[in-house]
Amino acid sequence: MAGFTQHEDRRTQNADYPAAITASWVNRLFLWFLPLSFLVVFFFYPFFRILAYSFSIESLKLPNLQLAFHVLIFTVYQAVLSTILTLLIGLPAAYLFARFDFRGKTLLRALTLVPFMLPTVVVAAGFNALLGPRGWVNLGLMQALALESPPIPFVGTLSAILIAHVFYNTTIVIRIVGNALSGLDPKLEQAARSLGADSRRVWWNVTLPLLRSSLLAASLLVFLFDFTSFGVILLLGGPAFATLEVEIYIQALQLLNFPVAALLAFIQLLCTLAFAIIYSRISTRSNVQSAPRAGGSNIRKPKARLERVFVTGMLMLLISFFILPMLALPLRSVSRLDADRGQHGTVRVGLTADYYDELFINRNGSIFYVPPVQAAANSLGYAGATVLLSLLLGFPAALALAKPRRLERILDPILIIPLGASAVTLGLGFILAFGHWLTYPWLVPLAHTLVALPFVIRTLQPALASIPDRLRQAAISLGASPFRVWQTVDWPILQRATLTAATFAFTISLGEFGATILLSRPDYPTIPIAIYRFLSQPGGLNYGQAMAMATLLMALTTAGILLIEKLRLPGAGEF
Amino acid sequence: MKRIIFLLLSIFLLSGCSPKPSGPQTLTVMTHDSFAVTDTVVQAFEQANNAKVTFIKSGDAGAMLNKAILSKDSPLADVLYGVDNTFLSRAVAADIYEPYDSPALKIIPVEYQLDATKRALPVDYSDVCIIYDKAYFATHNLPIPQKLDDLTSSQYKGLLVTENPATSSPGLAFLLATIKHFGDSDYIGYWKDLRQNGLVVVDGWETAYYTNFSGSTGKGQQPMVVSYGTDPAAEVMFATTPISDSPVASILGPDTCFRQIEFVGILKGTVHRALAEKFVDFMLGQKFQADIPGQMFVYPVLPNVTLPDAFVKYAQKASQPAVLAPDVIAANRDAWIQAWSDAVLK
Amino acid sequence: MLELRDIYKTYEDQPLLCGISFALTAAETVCLLGASGSGKSTLLKLIAGLEMPDSGKIMWEGQDLASTPAHSRDFGLVFQDYALFPHLDVFDNVAFGLKMKSWSYVEIEKRVNEVLSLVGMNNFNHRKVTDLSGGEQQRVALARAIAPRPRMLMFDEPLGALDRALREDLLYQLRGILRRTHIPAIYVTHDQEEAFTIADRVLMLHSGRIVRAGSPAEVWTSPGTAWAAEFLGLGNVIEGNCRSRNERLKMWNISTTFGRFDVKCAHKHEIGDNVHLLLRPAQIEGGSVVRGLVVDVLFQQDRFKAVLENSLYVYVQKPPKIGQMITVRVAVKCLG
Repeated sequence: MAGFTQHEDRRTQNADYPAAITASWVNRLFLWFLPLSFLVVFFFYPFFRILAYSFSIESLKLPNLQLAFHVLIFTVYQAVLSTILTLLIGLPAAYLFARFDFRGKTLLRALTLVPFMLPTVVVAAGFNALLGPRGWVNLGLMQALALESPPIPFVGTLSAILIAHVFYNTTIVIRIVGNALSGLDPKLEQAARSLGADSRRVWWNVTLPLLRSSLLAASLLVFLFDFTSFGVILLLGGPAFATLEVEIYIQALQLLNFPVAALLAFIQLLCTLAFAIIYSRISTRSNVQSAPRAGGSNIRKPKARLERVFVTGMLMLLISFFILPMLALPLRSVSRLDADRGQHGTVRVGLTADYYDELFINRNGSIFYVPPVQAAANSLGYAGATVLLSLLLGFPAALALAKPRRLERILDPILIIPLGASAVTLGLGFILAFGHWLTYPWLVPLAHTLVALPFVIRTLQPALASIPDRLRQAAISLGASPFRVWQTVDWPILQRATLTAATFAFTISLGEFGATILLSRPDYPTIPIAIYRFLSQPGGLNYGQAMAMATLLMALTTAGILLIEKLRLPGAGEF
Repeated sequence: MKRIIFLLLSIFLLSGCSPKPSGPQTLTVMTHDSFAVTDTVVQAFEQANNAKVTFIKSGDAGAMLNKAILSKDSPLADVLYGVDNTFLSRAVAADIYEPYDSPALKIIPVEYQLDATKRALPVDYSDVCIIYDKAYFATHNLPIPQKLDDLTSSQYKGLLVTENPATSSPGLAFLLATIKHFGDSDYIGYWKDLRQNGLVVVDGWETAYYTNFSGSTGKGQQPMVVSYGTDPAAEVMFATTPISDSPVASILGPDTCFRQIEFVGILKGTVHRALAEKFVDFMLGQKFQADIPGQMFVYPVLPNVTLPDAFVKYAQKASQPAVLAPDVIAANRDAWIQAWSDAVLK
Repeated sequence: MLELRDIYKTYEDQPLLCGISFALTAAETVCLLGASGSGKSTLLKLIAGLEMPDSGKIMWEGQDLASTPAHSRDFGLVFQDYALFPHLDVFDNVAFGLKMKSWSYVEIEKRVNEVLSLVGMNNFNHRKVTDLSGGEQQRVALARAIAPRPRMLMFDEPLGALDRALREDLLYQLRGILRRTHIPAIYVTHDQEEAFTIADRVLMLHSGRIVRAGSPAEVWTSPGTAWAAEFLGLGNVIEGNCRSRNERLKMWNISTTFGRFDVKCAHKHEIGDNVHLLLRPAQIEGGSVVRGLVVDVLFQQDRFKAVLENSLYVYVQKPPKIGQMITVRVAVKCLG
């Protein structure tokens, strides 16, 4: 038996190309060069320039430190709560999509990704239509229970913030954890059951431990998004709540109080670094080679009673949670929106396509009018560039991280930092550092890539790390060249992860607002910017057009996601 | 790899320093997001001056000012439009402008020329007022409030929504109006009374108007919102089905409205000084000033400009707007906002 | 002990198992032999409780198992691709079933070491399972299945992923372990050699039914059907037609394209019926005569395989020349 082991070890070394490539530190430096230089030039340089510019001894005065402390506490608090809630809904949802087949599955899964890229303004409108004081739920309850005032407070509460966060971020859990879940070998669960483990114990002792690294990745991303939450806090939470990002915005852009803003931005950066390091430590320990399956043979229609209850229940939850709020937008875009006229006449109700028509008319002759087709084209153009750029930069980094050595352990947290850093601060840093180049269109996808890159890396890296050498070894022993090995073994497994990564990058870019508004030229607006413009003026036509654009954005995103998912080679698998 | 990056960077650097073509000059104008103008009006300027005008939209007034200040060593534009009277002193003190004594200033009323050094020249103004929903007041048989004090009366409990002055320009304007009216020592008491009376505060104008206000399409709960006096006109001009009467109106009592004036200035360090001067003159000229109301829903500073019909009929401005000197605002703004937060939010 | 009665199962609307019935008595190893896709693995899953049959009963010592969930059935499973838990080391893998039964740590340690010795993996306790070779992983998988002392063991083509020498070695060790531990076992494979080495009884599965059951020797001697004979590689299976019957010797004269043979047939035939015959390749005295032109000769270690032009093959001691006409005497059996 010993003889065999030696023989196989030699083969293993040849087959394990990530290890081979990353064995030499020169190689690893090459892998890291592209993503790192991107980050240094487009993140660290502008960020530290603005910090250096703004920071002064002012910043460290006691009242400022106290303010910072209070805001930090709240920011962490709501982020932790939101993350836990997101996991509570996201995990069963991931299980639903990874294990069961049901009608409308592809569409529903695409739709859960839509909130991710909707501008907050639009999400707030949707939630208000559902849960606001005059939303369907409250109006319904008021009628049913004959109440005077709406029973469910929503806007201006912490619950609104939490619910909106769950709404936005559940898709991250569904995608990342679901990806890992559908790649698990069903025989492992069968073996566990034959050894006496009931469903609960299978889940706890076998499935969850194998999902650990994807769970961590998803949790970190969700947490960072909640940590840096801005629009949700402003629009749904209201003035009583302030996260670090909101406070930075107020201090920097409204009060022009740069020293305090710098302090807050710096604290936010430190916290992000701390979270990233913790995550990095935990995750390198839980990378398990688990022979992921490229096929989705695990998927079945629900049969047992318990299964059917689960599926139906989850579907109802997901639909009411994700679809209903967003139904308000298309509905409103086609309903006549007139203000009450009281005695001056009855309000006409009914359906209309006026708002869509209006989109194509430049009623004012405004120089800034952009036809919606062009806005959509701009959005798609930026999104495409972002996908390409983030995949280009993300692959080498993910490869290097697949077999992490000491260099990776240091560099890994650095990749996560842009995700948790203050966008407002970064925007200001761009102005300081890049001044004249601000109006070049390609800065926009660059900014989008900064946000998308950690997603892409986090999605690709577990896939790259988990392809077991054994499979490659088998291919090599059958005479496959390294390229063929990659093509037949790695690529089918990676393809799923790549698609997920591309989908993330695509939707992040489509919905990005903060950086885009800072960087884009007025003649290249994206759809979110167009929506925002409509909503900054009163009038039924403006509101209706905003709703129409939002509906277009939703449709565009859903179509884009469905298209990406259809672009699968046969045998690449379900998820 | 390194070489490619270097190459790319060089290309970008070089393209930034391309020699000026002998054709038309390009003038860059930095504005806030609400800026709008008719294309024919701008084209007329371009043709008359053999120039091309490029606009850079830079967020709200605060963000835009920040951008200008941060980049003042190598300015991003030639002309800056959109600083209002609440930011005026900061802008002038930051030394981002070059003074320009435009001939147009002679005809513009003195009350708008808040900057004696002629660095920032007034372009337009509007009033931030309390807008109310006519139908609501009619159906509930409520008298319309006539002055600020009325708002604390219990018959209006929970009926007013305003914006956070720390995050919203109309919110700040309304705060300043109350400070002008009640004075530095008593305005906090007023706000505490408002709070007792069920005042609703939100962070942004969009939320206030489209979600909380009952008179708009959001069909919210509050029939009174802090917004712009020109809203009644906007509601008519942007109505889905043509209407002949505006569903909303403004409360125009003493100091219930705050006047906001917006300014334009030539940025220090511009290389197109002559053209910039022409553009400023153009902005203060008849054609542009007449275009302003229909595009931006504010009033032109130039007197005797023909306003659009809907504007004349429905837009409202106060006869006694609250006004505070820009340097007073600049000096106390942070403290006022902080005091307000403590009284109203905590 | 285990009894299956009339098990039916469809897969994607196609019938897979059509009335499977058999029983397992104490301490015997039964082999389910059949082609790939014949439903052998599905049958194992049904017995293990991982899937439910469409109809029929699975019983253990007379008690219907339909209401017993998979995790309570106490049947060990060993898979072709080992299915070891990658996040646990060797010790924890083997100890898994014992943990599920809430054994004490001391007992677990003792038992794990015991079974690891049994499979010859004593010093591997804390190795990562992903570092092990195929043979080592399979032995750990076996240890894991045996450790909780299951009532029955089930093997789903466990040696399929291993190379030949390793397979033979492990097969023999497995046979020894099964004998020593007296655990009844069901062994599923498509490899006839494996089946015959390890099984006390062989059940041949074809078209959803058990077409032949018996000890290896029995099945070898009387395959029963043409399919079984072909599957087992017993020899040449040819078609023929009944011509006449010799009542005194109870033999049928059957004509085929390879000649006429007198064959004893246990089945009832009429003149003119089509039957299948088995021509074993080994030469015997007194066998039926077969003539043919040699087209190929293959070396097979201790004999030569001569392929004749009518695609019959026979075993000979001395290699004939290609193109030579040879005459051999072989056993001919009627298959029905």
